[in-house]
Amino acid sequence: MTRTNRTLTAALLGAAVLGAGAAHGAEDPQVRVWAAACATCHGTHGASAGGVPTIAGEPGDKLYKLLQEFKDGSRPATVMHQHAKGYTDEELQRLAAYFSRQRP
Amino acid sequence: MTAFNRRDFLKAAAAAGALSLTACATPGSGKPIARVVVIGGGYGGATAAKYLRLWAPEIEVVLVERNPAFVSCPLSNLVLGGSRTIEDLTTGYDALVKRYGVKLVRDTATAVDPDKRQVRLANGDPLAYDRLIVSPGIEFLYDDIPGLAGADAQARVLHAWKAGPQTVALRKQLEAIRDGGVYALHIPKAPYRCPPGPYERAAQVAFYFKQHKPRSKVLILDSNPDITSKKGLFLKAWNERYPGIVEYRPNSELIDVDARTLTAKLVSGDVKADVLNVVPPQRAGDIAKQAGLITANNRWAGIDWLTTESLAVKGIHVLGDATLSAPGMPKSGFMANNHAKIAADAVIALLTGRAVNPSPIIANTCYSFVSDTDVVHVASVHKYDAEKKTLVAVQGAGGLSSAANELEGKYAHAWAKNIWADALL
Ligand code: HEC
Repeated sequence: MTRTNRTLTAALLGAAVLGAGAAHGAEDPQVRVWAAACATCHGTHGASAGGVPTIAGEPGDKLYKLLQEFKDGSRPATVMHQHAKGYTDEELQRLAAYFSRQRP
Repeated sequence: MTAFNRRDFLKAAAAAGALSLTACATPGSGKPIARVVVIGGGYGGATAAKYLRLWAPEIEVVLVERNPAFVSCPLSNLVLGGSRTIEDLTTGYDALVKRYGVKLVRDTATAVDPDKRQVRLANGDPLAYDRLIVSPGIEFLYDDIPGLAGADAQARVLHAWKAGPQTVALRKQLEAIRDGGVYALHIPKAPYRCPPGPYERAAQVAFYFKQHKPRSKVLILDSNPDITSKKGLFLKAWNERYPGIVEYRPNSELIDVDARTLTAKLVSGDVKADVLNVVPPQRAGDIAKQAGLITANNRWAGIDWLTTESLAVKGIHVLGDATLSAPGMPKSGFMANNHAKIAADAVIALLTGRAVNPSPIIANTCYSFVSDTDVVHVASVHKYDAEKKTLVAVQGAGGLSSAANELEGKYAHAWAKNIWADALL
């Protein structure tokens, strides 16, 4: 499958099948299923149904910085510090990149 | 269709025509590559059905559910406290059908034939499957409580541990008692569904009594030797918010119940109440038992946490409260929703010949309301340990609220909205 084809397929799946969300077809399934644990609070693909911040479509470096600040305790939080501490830096980086590619 | 207009779409569709079946099968176009049947549309099953379709539209998904709508157990104690109605906690299955193409069968699964790969239904024709996901929740072990054997006794001494008519009926019982009456709540030995749930319930009933029947009492009869979840936070809430109303009695093992006189017969003696609420001991739902999935203590279904596949029967995955919990893992709707995502990903991998994710990471957070607005939580993150071959709670992650607070009350409602949408909308 060429690069164009893959993008095209992704766009087809994204637009035709789901009508929402992003390029699922092209996603690495491992980070996709890790990110799905965040979706329980932040909404499917990180697009919130309300009340918890939407994290879909935010710049990856911004998300990573926020997650690092939760992890090291420098950012006040009710619960995110306790979740962020469960992940390695590399896992947080991949999660941040994943959510940056999702549609809010 | 936003980014694509119709002409672009048709061009792209033509260009994509030569791609593999897996990549371009869409609902209604092309034959499904496999059929997954999901039994049970609770937090586990509904989430699994949606995510299978989201991630693999080339797979046909049939969801078997006997109830007309989903009613959330989380937040159902607020119906007892009076700040929410059961309608607030109810979501239909229509979006799963219309938006995601899940095929919904309103029926009860009565048996599984793993050799023929078929699910038998109470009313409809048998359903064939390539892989089966069983998410049946819990069944109550009334055998241990002879006095609750009949339907009349069970209608008088409620569990209200499956949200729905029982929740509403318990609220009515609370409304009917006199000021100065006693509400007694019996808690079974752990493990049971929703570890902090009984203690939250005590706070919610006390919240109602404090406003409307201030001379009444909440008596917690716990089979366990101590409060099993958020101990300090609940003790503080009961003592500071509901002094003289809530009383906690550990080691209150139940021998039997007299439903006529509303008496709990405990090892430590008899306790008579005006409303007696007994949460019976539990096991995995009936279909798990029927299908031979129970592997532990005659109660729970052991699974491989990499895939959620049953340790007893190949081709069948089990989710949620019915599973033999991994270490440090509570039986919660949050966990069931997270089990479902491991299951959806693994089922797709197994059906398409891709490698199964070797390192799942999932999480839990249980919010408990100690009033109509104030909330405490317990959180944990669970990672697969390849040596121990199970999910384990990550050391240093997770934890508790420092104190009950209103901000988390807002987040708890927001969480509910998001998990309901994540599972059903
Ligand atoms: C229990 C629910 C819950 C889970 C699970 C959860 N979050 Fe959060 N998240 C929150 C809440 C609530 C906040 C607001 C800060 C706080 O009070 O903790 C937040 C804040 C954030 C923020 C900051 C957003 C902003 O704009 O300020 C990011 C980024 C984030 N979460 C990412 C994640 C990722 C990635 C995961 C999965 C690894 C995750 N969250 C899992 C509840 C959750």
